[in-house]
Amino acid sequence: MEFGPIWRSLKRNKAGYILIATQIAVTMAIMINSVAIMQQRAQDMGRPSGMDEANIFTFSSTAFVPETDMQSLIEEDLDAVRRLPGVVDVNATNSFPLRQGGSASGFALEPGAGKDSISAAYYFVDEHGLAAFGANLVDGANFAPNEVIWAAEDSDEWPGTAIVSQAFAKALFPEETGSYVGKTMFFDESRPVQIVGVVERLQAPWKGWEDVENAMFVPLKRDAEYQRYVVRTEPGMRDTLMPQVEEMLSQSNKNRIIEDVRTMEDVRTLAYLGDSAMIKMLTFIVTLLLVITGLGIVGLASFNVSRRTRQIGIRRALGATKTQVVRYFQVENFLVSGLGIAAGAVLAVALNLVLVNSFSLRPLAWYVVPVAMLVMWSVGQLAVIGPARRASRVSPAIATRSG
Amino acid sequence: MFRYYLKLGVLSIRANPALSALMVAAIGIGIGACMTITTIHHVMSGNPIPHKSEELYFVQIDSWSPDEPYDEPNEPPEQSTYIDATGLYALGKDEFPHVISYKSGRVLEPKTEGELPFQVSSRATTHAFFRMFDVPFLHGAPWDAAADDALERVTVLSRPLAERVFGSDDPVGRSVVLNGETYRVVGVLADWDPLPKFYDLNNNPYEEPEQLYLPFTVAIAGEHGSWGNTNCWKPFDGGYEAFLGSECVWIQTWVELPTAADKARYEDMLEAYVEEQKALGRFPRPMNNRLSDVEEWMQIEEVVDEDVSVLLGLAVLFLVVCLLNTIGLLLAKVMRRGKDISLRRALGASKQSLFAQYITEAGLIGMAGGLLGILLTWLGLRGVENLFTGMDFVQRLVVMDWSMVALAVLLAVASALAAALYPTWRAANVTPASQLRIQ
Repeated sequence: MEFGPIWRSLKRNKAGYILIATQIAVTMAIMINSVAIMQQRAQDMGRPSGMDEANIFTFSSTAFVPETDMQSLIEEDLDAVRRLPGVVDVNATNSFPLRQGGSASGFALEPGAGKDSISAAYYFVDEHGLAAFGANLVDGANFAPNEVIWAAEDSDEWPGTAIVSQAFAKALFPEETGSYVGKTMFFDESRPVQIVGVVERLQAPWKGWEDVENAMFVPLKRDAEYQRYVVRTEPGMRDTLMPQVEEMLSQSNKNRIIEDVRTMEDVRTLAYLGDSAMIKMLTFIVTLLLVITGLGIVGLASFNVSRRTRQIGIRRALGATKTQVVRYFQVENFLVSGLGIAAGAVLAVALNLVLVNSFSLRPLAWYVVPVAMLVMWSVGQLAVIGPARRASRVSPAIATRSG
Repeated sequence: MFRYYLKLGVLSIRANPALSALMVAAIGIGIGACMTITTIHHVMSGNPIPHKSEELYFVQIDSWSPDEPYDEPNEPPEQSTYIDATGLYALGKDEFPHVISYKSGRVLEPKTEGELPFQVSSRATTHAFFRMFDVPFLHGAPWDAAADDALERVTVLSRPLAERVFGSDDPVGRSVVLNGETYRVVGVLADWDPLPKFYDLNNNPYEEPEQLYLPFTVAIAGEHGSWGNTNCWKPFDGGYEAFLGSECVWIQTWVELPTAADKARYEDMLEAYVEEQKALGRFPRPMNNRLSDVEEWMQIEEVVDEDVSVLLGLAVLFLVVCLLNTIGLLLAKVMRRGKDISLRRALGASKQSLFAQYITEAGLIGMAGGLLGILLTWLGLRGVENLFTGMDFVQRLVVMDWSMVALAVLLAVASALAAALYPTWRAANVTPASQLRIQ
């Protein structure tokens, strides 16, 4: 196919083609950056929390009668829940992954004020914590029952041991190639904390936190009025046990209220609701955009066909085949799209730079731009096929009529 | 003449129904997408207290660690320590009215037999809160300074809570039991719903105001824990007393400064306060005091969600694509009618009248697109609401007010005219009789 005549004919009617090329370029820029955002969200949503999410539910207990003996209340609760058939284990804690609220602190390698520290979230648990969270211990050992201490709500007591996430251990001791067990870090400037175990994964409660993979279990129980319970059940038992536990505990002690009874799956859905909504909205926008741009190409091509009916007839009369007529419109579209796509790639990368600099977007993956180029070319070719076919059906006899 | 053009426009639109529908749809969808996000952005960035926002200042002083700033590059903490909140409050007592407050929660025990206790959110605050933030009352009035000082157990209820507990009766003078303690109800708020919840941005800025209000001094004496962020840099001993004396920041401090002179005098007072604290061995960082009015404070705290800003940018680009689409189609249409146009020109139609004719046609398409756009905006907002089922506060963001409807209409007309300008200009410039010869 000769590009020359097509190119020259394009140049004679610049405005229309520039418009469609610009439209393709802006569509590309939006599409590529939307895809980049969607990819990032999907990636974040796919990160495991380190808990056995499918079989866990959680709830909160708030005591409101002054002078309630929290220690025995908590022990009785744990005991009663643990006794239920189908419960694997239960723990009372301050928070858990994906909850979007909790506590964190800095941990340093040396004692003393002003030392560089690395942040990690902490969960207060007892020797049942690992089983209740369903965390996977990959090194070291679980807390021994006598390692766990009881502390008043605002006491400054802090145990000397911890089970940490692998990511946190690695962040603390990047040079270490062997075991992290036995290593010491410092809390609150001067209190040594020894790593006694490492779990494969344990997320902090905040999904958007930069240090989200840094977390640890601390062998401490607080007699605070406000407790979060984490209950892990045998597979398939969660939905039966959830209302049962709620009912049982609401009745067993009237000095508190049970609230926020949720499966871990619901906790996850809620935590990532904004991200999944973003993915859906962007999918919707990109789809609409491709449809509109596609229809725009169809519209413009249809006009060109009807405007050139006589020319096409003459070409057919001079011996051009139907395929050659179709090809003409395809090549024309290929050239116009090509211009738009080239400009679109540049525009997309520029927009991406802006988004990366001003917002928390990560840079584009290398393959997004080429894939988007292919998609745009395909949309163009698909859109032009109908009008081109119509053009090919123009009768050669048209050439003999006067316009 | 206009009616004639209108008729021509309708005829031309009818002659190409698919194409006209495509143009109307493109403008409608573009405006729908753009206005959906703009509406949410508008609610998120709205000024919640417009008549007073320039007189209310959020106070920040830098009590943070000598080793690192609270936030890069050199931001002071967002909240105050107990020592500083109460210190400034006492210092400004006669001259500069302060509000110091924090969010907490209580369990309310209804007196009716058989009703279960339930949790309520509470705001521990000083008496000036209601006057300073122009909080409207349905019944009763705020407590006074004497109640703050005497640690009186008084409370102001939000309207929904008052109705839940007392029905439609006026509860002023009656009492509620919170965590085993009896509080006297002194007032009930009328509907009050500042969006964003500017006076405390450290939780969700779009959540509803607290369900009840009680004196700050009472909350401290009762050791009500904060439901907001508490940030500390210096270790402290156990116990609540030690916490109150610690360098942890957790209280929001506001001051009312009606004039520039007041602001200048207050700034001097703040500096003197910090110097005094430095002499006592606190405030190891260089002097770094900030006063931000309501809108400045919302900017600093970035209340507009990042996703919404990104979506707004993409939606504007989306509208650009839709407009380019419409321009291209209008242009193609005009070019194809070159023969008609040149005939009309040859028969004496002026450039102006052709311009008027085609702009009328484009205007019709724009109007139709705008109406479709408003409908789609409404649908878009319902869609967003649906996507966020489970996050109740989102319902408060997807509300279209008249200013947004007006903006949508304006945007539609402006878009249609912008789209029509170039094709119409091309049409008006077709030379008379140029296209009348046989091709």
